[in-house]
Amino acid sequence: MTRTRELQGYAIALALAVLLPFIEGFAFPGLGLAEDFRPIFIFAILGLGLNIIVGYTGLLNLGVAAFMAIGAYSYGILTCDIYPFQLSFWSATAATIVVGALAGVVLGLPAIRLHGDYLAIVTLGFGEIVQDALRNLETITKGTQGINPLPSPRLFGVDFQSGSYLPWYFLLLFILCSVALLVRNLERSRIGRAWIAVREDELAARCMGINPVRAKLLAFSLGASLCSLAGALWASYLGSTGEPGNYDFQVSVIVLCVVMVGGMGSILGVMLGAVVMVGFNSIVLSGLSDLLARQGILSGENVFAVPGNWKYFIFGLALILVTRYRPEGLIPSRVVKIVAPKKAKGA
Amino acid sequence: MSDLEVFVQQLITGLSNGMIIALIALGYTMVYGIVELINFAHGDLFMLGAFMALTLIGVLGIQDQTFATAPLQCGLLFVLVPLFCAFVNGAIDHFAYRPLRKAPRLAPLVSAIGVSFVLLNIGLFWGGLPMDVFNNGHAASAPKDFPALVSNDNLLGDESNVGFTATDLLVVGVALPLMVGLTALVRLTKLGKAMRAVAQDPTAASLMGIDVNGIITKTFMLGGAIGGFASVVYALYNNTIHFQMGFRVGIDAFTAAVLGGIGSFPGAVLGGLVIGLVRAMSDQYIATQWTNITVFSILVMVLVFRPSGLLGSRRREKV
Repeated sequence: MTRTRELQGYAIALALAVLLPFIEGFAFPGLGLAEDFRPIFIFAILGLGLNIIVGYTGLLNLGVAAFMAIGAYSYGILTCDIYPFQLSFWSATAATIVVGALAGVVLGLPAIRLHGDYLAIVTLGFGEIVQDALRNLETITKGTQGINPLPSPRLFGVDFQSGSYLPWYFLLLFILCSVALLVRNLERSRIGRAWIAVREDELAARCMGINPVRAKLLAFSLGASLCSLAGALWASYLGSTGEPGNYDFQVSVIVLCVVMVGGMGSILGVMLGAVVMVGFNSIVLSGLSDLLARQGILSGENVFAVPGNWKYFIFGLALILVTRYRPEGLIPSRVVKIVAPKKAKGA
Repeated sequence: MSDLEVFVQQLITGLSNGMIIALIALGYTMVYGIVELINFAHGDLFMLGAFMALTLIGVLGIQDQTFATAPLQCGLLFVLVPLFCAFVNGAIDHFAYRPLRKAPRLAPLVSAIGVSFVLLNIGLFWGGLPMDVFNNGHAASAPKDFPALVSNDNLLGDESNVGFTATDLLVVGVALPLMVGLTALVRLTKLGKAMRAVAQDPTAASLMGIDVNGIITKTFMLGGAIGGFASVVYALYNNTIHFQMGFRVGIDAFTAAVLGGIGSFPGAVLGGLVIGLVRAMSDQYIATQWTNITVFSILVMVLVFRPSGLLGSRRREKV
């Protein structure tokens, strides 16, 4: 994709996202499509975080849900009135970004010595450990109850608890755009080039004077801080951290799906991936459920007729088909092909 | 119950569960040894095997029988379920992994995660007795009871505080011959020799006239069949199965394979026994809710500090 076409892509995406609520309000009132974009924005931020780790640096991380959980729970602890901190939205969010970065370093330090699939399994283990620890440390995390209620933010004189979804929609869109801009600038900076060099050939990168350990650690920590930010937004948006089981392996796989389907290393691709994958789950499947229920076809009698029961199938099939037929994703990265065949095993 | 009795009880439980974990770990280790792929879907294949066993029990109509009253039909489970799992694993390799043989190493792993999710969804739809897929939509995701075809009566008598049942014997009776047989197969037969050759160097093996893809498929089928035995034994031992059990059991088994040294058969068995014992002791002496964390911590520690495992050989990084 050329640079002009990429800029056009950003412009179109932004214009569509800004106009969507208004178009819907005029043309299809009551459809509720724009409302459902809020989780998509959050998953897009998660995807951009994972994209730094797996897309640019080539480290397969299967535990991003853990970073999300860490963000959500630290946001909960910093804002909920049963704890002594009770920070405001912005300061708590800033703090969770720092906590996420630290968590990334903590996991990164032991993990980056590993390669490929072993690294993937260690991150998966980390994800499960965090989830179980949150469940077991009841005195701090309230166990399976989750931390709630979290105060609704009040920014720029707008009360986010009012009936309209628009404040959240535009806040999340604004944060997503800032994140995308940040990631895009990183990609073109010295750091971004170092990540891609390490991904393509660690030995060659080292010979060129890049410190691979530093590059990988930075990728882990930046990716983790973005995922942590997404977790904080998630908790704030829901008004609760929810139970630790909400941040399980499934979530990590959904985020991986978002990045793989959209296109590894491609910012616009990841955002499209979030729309396609999360949108399918939360808009198409739930819409289908409602429709079937209204038509009287679905009465909870037949498990096959509940579209929500197909979600594992859809995410699983998406991963299989994308790796086989379109490893570069829907919108391939501009920089270099990532999962294109390099050399045969053992060569 | 005295302290010693508690300990002995946990020892028995741990070793029995460890044997089952070892059987599944063998499936991971065989596949990793030959194609260097963590077959992420193996745990879910094991889960499907257990559902197949439950369905077969319904089809054969032996839900109220035991091995004593209907030995033939019960024995049939140990033939049909491994065959089913072997076939499914072979098919998975053919459709999901073989096209990716020349792709970068992470591509098949991502595909394996996808397969795992697809199998999980099949498990969600799969009901109970007999092929009661719909069960009228009620509690599709609920755990299913598995009939006690093997008695859970204590062989040591009712007065004994330590329980040792026919299911414990069953586990040992199925697992040990399988492990011996598998080792013999790999060491002594022509197929085993071909498998070792492909594991060492696929290109050289194909130059020697070995059908590399065929051998890989056979390895997958063999690993799947052993997983199928594990499914039946697990279901008979625990008497309850659940569509999400594959993930947890799979992680335990993978940890066992890595702990023992991935690619090594004795390592997988040793690792399985160790993980089984650690789980049992952690349940008893730490707390049940911390057991998974204990196992994951072992996994992370081994991978980080001794990636070659207890019995594995250290592999040099190839440039």
